[in-house]
Amino acid sequence: MRLEVKDLRVQYGKIEAIKGISFTVEQGEIVTLIGANGAGKTTTLKTISGLRAVASGSITYNGEDISKVPAHERVNLGISQAPEGRGIFPGMTVLENLEIGKYSRKDRKNEMAEDLEKVYHLFPRLKERINQAGGTLSGGEQQMLAIGRALMARPNVLLLDEPSMGLAPMMIQNIFNIITSINKELGTTILLVEQNAQQALQRAHRAYVLETGKIVKEAKASDLLNDPAVRAAYLGTGAEKGHH
Amino acid sequence: MNFSVVVNQFWPLLINGLAVGLIYVLISLGYTMVYGVLRLINFANSEIFMVGTFATVIVTRDIFKYTSAHEALHGFKLVATLLLILIASMLFSGVTAVLVELVAYRRLRSKGTNRLASLISAIGTSIMISEGVRILTKSAPVPTPRLLTKFNLISIGGVDIRIDTFLVIVSAALIFFMVDRFVTKTLLGKAIRAVSMSEETSKLMGVNLNRVISATFLIGGLVTGAAAFLYMQVYETTVFNVGFNLGLAAFTAAVLGGIGNIRGAFYGGLTLGLFEQYASAIIGGQWKAVTVFSVLVLVLLFKPNGLFGEAIQQSRV
Repeated sequence: MRLEVKDLRVQYGKIEAIKGISFTVEQGEIVTLIGANGAGKTTTLKTISGLRAVASGSITYNGEDISKVPAHERVNLGISQAPEGRGIFPGMTVLENLEIGKYSRKDRKNEMAEDLEKVYHLFPRLKERINQAGGTLSGGEQQMLAIGRALMARPNVLLLDEPSMGLAPMMIQNIFNIITSINKELGTTILLVEQNAQQALQRAHRAYVLETGKIVKEAKASDLLNDPAVRAAYLGTGAEKGHH
Repeated sequence: MNFSVVVNQFWPLLINGLAVGLIYVLISLGYTMVYGVLRLINFANSEIFMVGTFATVIVTRDIFKYTSAHEALHGFKLVATLLLILIASMLFSGVTAVLVELVAYRRLRSKGTNRLASLISAIGTSIMISEGVRILTKSAPVPTPRLLTKFNLISIGGVDIRIDTFLVIVSAALIFFMVDRFVTKTLLGKAIRAVSMSEETSKLMGVNLNRVISATFLIGGLVTGAAAFLYMQVYETTVFNVGFNLGLAAFTAAVLGGIGNIRGAFYGGLTLGLFEQYASAIIGGQWKAVTVFSVLVLVLLFKPNGLFGEAIQQSRV
């Protein structure tokens, strides 16, 4: 698996949201894009999954340019997304949400039981709630469901859009622990977009800093965690040391 | 005003109300399912119904070569013939619905035009179909040969239930039940519901939007075609604008139950069918259309999300 974004530009009408960014995600990595609100993080992910059109530049996946492939076919290629705001189907049960996550798989009948078990193993809470409507879950549970649902498609690369958004600190820890174990145990490559830079940089291997549609910095995540400029801009105060 | 009729005729009105209501239920599925996935009213649905009624006539008269003078059918032959005509009517309406989607909606959608544009193009397509049939039939009503000898099937407590009424109630309820099962249990059904809740997230699941929209039109059309067949077994005559009043009533039923909501359409159709029967018995049959419109206006004014709103969201399409 190799994902490469090159000179990518994305427009909303006449406004350019992404102004020529390039980055790569290698097999087995957790790569994070951090940045403030409106920096273009979500747009970048949506463009990779095909929900936004590429104005210019390319998205290469395993050596093939996929920037013209329709969104619903990119899941088949192994690119799965847990979208911003979780995107749970509110009127469907937890189980139905997970089942529809398998929609793209040809062999879904045979894989279903095994993959449900895999998701329940990662998120035991979901198993207790299988017959509950998705819309009635707590924010943290919905995030678990969004990630679990994305895993049902057996992705090579998992795109996570702000998994910590709106969650209590305990739940954030919990979610990020699971993200780490998905990467380590299942070997799934992860591209993580986050405003919670502290958590994202602790968990990721490499990181890119996005500011108003441009990448302004790239480095090993642990280096950025100790970078005074990054600390000042994204980790609260520059002097205080982040908790672990 | 004649209130005593409600007491005297309570049971016959109830049976008729159920039959009419269930026909509304089936047609309203054509509105409600399409609204679910597109958030647009399918104004051509009344013409999809009309095409179904003509399909019933054409298949009965021109393919099976039955005439009104024909000797009555019985037993297996009757059931098999009716079933074949039912399937043919469903297919005619279903295919029409898919074509309407291709002509009136898809091209505009792929160009990302204003949603109102597809509303106009649907109305245009609807006028085109009904005017086309008007010219072909010279505006004359067209009868269908009677296959079903009308006799009283059962008599419960002094109330006679005629075979055609019985056929409508049982088949319509069965078809509704099948659609409901289909939408809640099958993968395609789940995809239809997913699209109705979020187009974008559905794409992320690998759902091909165009295919799901076509399937929704097809199912809505098939069900509307079944309603057309059942209608013809009772009323036995159609005309180019037969869909107008029935379409409006079915649309009202869909709004009454909360548009986009399949089980809501069921309750909405039944409520409207019964209300219409009792109300016109009380204030006179000439007020029937007025009662339907009054219901529509009142619901839109006071309960725009329908009487059943989001309470049965699970079945939402």
